[in-house]
Amino acid sequence: MTRLNVNPTRMELRRLKTRLKTATRGHKLLKDKSDEMIRQFMEFVKQNKRLREEIDDELSLALKGFMLARSVADGAVIEEAVAMPAVSLDIEATTKNVMSLDVPSITVKKADVSDMYPYSFASVTAELDQSISTISELVEKLIQLAEIEKVCNMLADEIEKNRRRVNALEYVMIPQLEETIKYITMKLDEQERSNVIRLMKVKSMIAERQS
Amino acid sequence: MRKEKIAVVGDKDSVLAFKAVGLDVFPISDEEEASDKVRLLAREYAVIFVTEKLAAKMEPLLKRYKARAYPAVIPIPDASGSTGFGLYGIKKDVEKAIGADILFNRED
Repeated sequence: MTRLNVNPTRMELRRLKTRLKTATRGHKLLKDKSDEMIRQFMEFVKQNKRLREEIDDELSLALKGFMLARSVADGAVIEEAVAMPAVSLDIEATTKNVMSLDVPSITVKKADVSDMYPYSFASVTAELDQSISTISELVEKLIQLAEIEKVCNMLADEIEKNRRRVNALEYVMIPQLEETIKYITMKLDEQERSNVIRLMKVKSMIAERQS
Repeated sequence: MRKEKIAVVGDKDSVLAFKAVGLDVFPISDEEEASDKVRLLAREYAVIFVTEKLAAKMEPLLKRYKARAYPAVIPIPDASGSTGFGLYGIKKDVEKAIGADILFNRED
C-alpha cells in the first residue's frame, strides 16, 4: 500500500492519528449499518418473494378469466362496458424512512364501492363480473407489492453503495493512514537519534579541544 | 406535480381489465413506444405497472428508476401467464445486496 504524500512532521503525525481514529470509527459504524440493512433486506425480500409468487399466480389467472370473458362476448361490448370505470382508485403516496432511506409508502384510499361494475348486467357475462371482482381485490395486493419491491430495490442499491464505502475504508484509507503514520514515526525517531548522536559527537569534540 | 395515481402499461388484452377497477390504462404493444410512454408517465404517476414482456425489453430504463422512491415501476404478469421476470428482479436485488443468491438456490 502506498503511503500518503505528506511531510514527516509532528504536526502531520498528530493530524493523521486523528484521521485514523475517525476512519476506524466510521468503518465500524458503516459495518454495523451494513449488517442491519442486510438483516432488514432479507426480511423484505422474503416478503417480496412471497407476494410476487402469489401475484404471479393469481393475477395471471384473473387476467385469463378476463380474456375468456372477452372471448365469449362481443369485443366491442366488453370494451364499452369497462370504458367508463365506476370507481376511481385513489392512493396516497408518501415516503417513510427505512435505514435513513426515503422509501415509498403507499396507502389506498378506499372509495366506498356501492357498485363497482360499471356496466349493465344485461350486456355482459358473469365471467366478466367474476374476473373484475378478483382483479379489484388484487389491486390492493399489487400496490403492496409495488411498495415492498421498491423498498427492496432501494435497499439493495444502498447496501451495495455502503459496501463500497466500507471496503474503501477497510482496504484503502485505513492501511494508507497506518502506513503513513508508521513512516512518520520512523522518520521522527531517526531524526531524534541523529540529533542525539550529533550532540554526543559535539560534546566529545569540545571535551577533546579542552583537554 | 406528481399525481397520486397508478398507471398500467401493456398489451391491450392484459391491461383492459385494470381499466374497470379504476386504474389509468395505456394499451401499448410496441416496446419502443412503451419505453417512451413509461418515461413520460414517470413524471406524473406514483406507481407504474408494466407487463413483464414489455418490462423485460426495457430493463435499462427501469434501472434508472430503481434508486428513487418514486415512481415505482413494477413488472406484472400478463394474460398469458408469468414469464418469471418479476422473480428475476428479486433475484437480481439479492445478488446485488448480498453478493450471492441465497434465496433461490435452495429450490433449484
